[in-house]
Amino acid sequence: MLDFTTITTAIDRFLHSALPDWAATLTECALVAVCVIAAYLVFAIVMIFMERKVCAAFQCRLGPTRVGFWGVLQVFADVFKMLIKEIIEIKDSDRILYNLAPFLVIMSSLITFSCLPFAEGLQVLDFNIGVFFIMAASSFGILGILLAGWSSSNKFSMIGAMRSGGQMISYELSMGLCILTLVVLSGTMQISEIVETQTRGWFIIRGHIPAIIAFIIYIIAGNAETNRAPFDLPEAESELTAGFHTEYSGMGFGLFYVAEFMNMFIISGIASTLFLGGWAPLYIPGLEGFNEAMCWIPGIVWFLGKTFFVIWLMMWIRWTFPRMRIDQVLVLEWKYLVPIGLLNLLIMTICVVMGWTF
Amino acid sequence: MDINMIIFAGLAIVMIVSALFAVTSSKIMRATTLLLFVLFGTAGLYFMLHYNFLGAVQITVYAGGIVVLFIFAILLIGKGSVDVTQTSIRRYLAGMATALTGMALTIYLILNTGFASDKFTASGVEMKELGMALMGTDKFNYILPFEAMSILLLACTVGAIMIARKK
Repeated sequence: MLDFTTITTAIDRFLHSALPDWAATLTECALVAVCVIAAYLVFAIVMIFMERKVCAAFQCRLGPTRVGFWGVLQVFADVFKMLIKEIIEIKDSDRILYNLAPFLVIMSSLITFSCLPFAEGLQVLDFNIGVFFIMAASSFGILGILLAGWSSSNKFSMIGAMRSGGQMISYELSMGLCILTLVVLSGTMQISEIVETQTRGWFIIRGHIPAIIAFIIYIIAGNAETNRAPFDLPEAESELTAGFHTEYSGMGFGLFYVAEFMNMFIISGIASTLFLGGWAPLYIPGLEGFNEAMCWIPGIVWFLGKTFFVIWLMMWIRWTFPRMRIDQVLVLEWKYLVPIGLLNLLIMTICVVMGWTF
Repeated sequence: MDINMIIFAGLAIVMIVSALFAVTSSKIMRATTLLLFVLFGTAGLYFMLHYNFLGAVQITVYAGGIVVLFIFAILLIGKGSVDVTQTSIRRYLAGMATALTGMALTIYLILNTGFASDKFTASGVEMKELGMALMGTDKFNYILPFEAMSILLLACTVGAIMIARKK
């Protein structure tokens, strides 16, 4: 299989031979940043287009068809529309925090995005604490939403932000429990190692029942973390106009919008890394020829295929279920998902200790 | 020029500037946000020294926990847009004296402590070692403080429920 480390080491060698050490490192930082932001935007464009088409399919519509062939240029038209909107100033708002808030959300999402293992060696951040760092980086995106809601000086934004805060902090817990369950199974927190172990069978198969329970809880919690239906109370349009980003126009709104979509991509990416093997190809013990053939498909195809499959699952949920009430959201988390998650963690530990995994 | 020096200088500037503005800002919401950047800078320092676990804990606990708690508290009491203005000169002087004493103490300690910086290697600690030390029962292991901490948190939760349910 193609290993991307050969390419990155070649670039690293070249830069170090041409420049002094500090300049080479700084250039690499800049290059990596440009690549991450470019990939982020490309995936955002793909996701927004996919959302429109998938939503249309679930509602028996055609979706965008006019702009470009099959509507492929629709997203570019949307972005252009957003760019030419007037940036409004809100009376009595805190200008600095109002402008800072979307960037906090985007920053959190970008850092988490750079932890995803796209293929062997194609990963920016690979700490030995891997998944814990992902949890840490995604935990401060909520601050941007709270600040956006408060600094807009609008009570609907404020209610949206408070709901969002309560919801995201709660569901982070069961998400952490699911990740912990998989860490117990894999025995490591480093993302590259987690994927490496799955080249001998994906965790959702090797961990059987507890892994499948964890996957289901993770998808539910992931939908809540991204503030999407049935958990879209922070921006419930029938009650709160648009929730925490009501007062944002133009690209301020655009950043929240992109961050929401990319958070869905990140949640799906982590799901595919932890449960479905990341870039690891399908492996069936005993069928050596089949496994050999699967290895010929590049890792990035596997990773993106699995990720977009999970995204499609999340979109399916989003366009099928009606919105919940805020008390139902909190009851679901604290009375059902957290106890089940804790119990599931126990079951997984017992399975691993007794050797009942594949 | 060393790359660590450049990163350290960048982080230090961000931290000092945000800390100064956090203290001098009269708007409590801005002060909280600037405090967040100081905490990010600290996490950055840990990452620079390859203490990844400590850095991630710093972000989770402080940025994702404490600052969110601060903001929630400010929002719940509805004082987010109130300007904090110092009225009495005595308070002003007392705060100044406390800050200066703290600074003097810290500087004295930094200057008089023999740091074994020549023995320091920026390699970080393996996650497995950390986990074993936290859960181990041998000498220099932390199972007892760890459990004591969980009892403390349980007591806090019970206390919070007591206060919240008071009729």
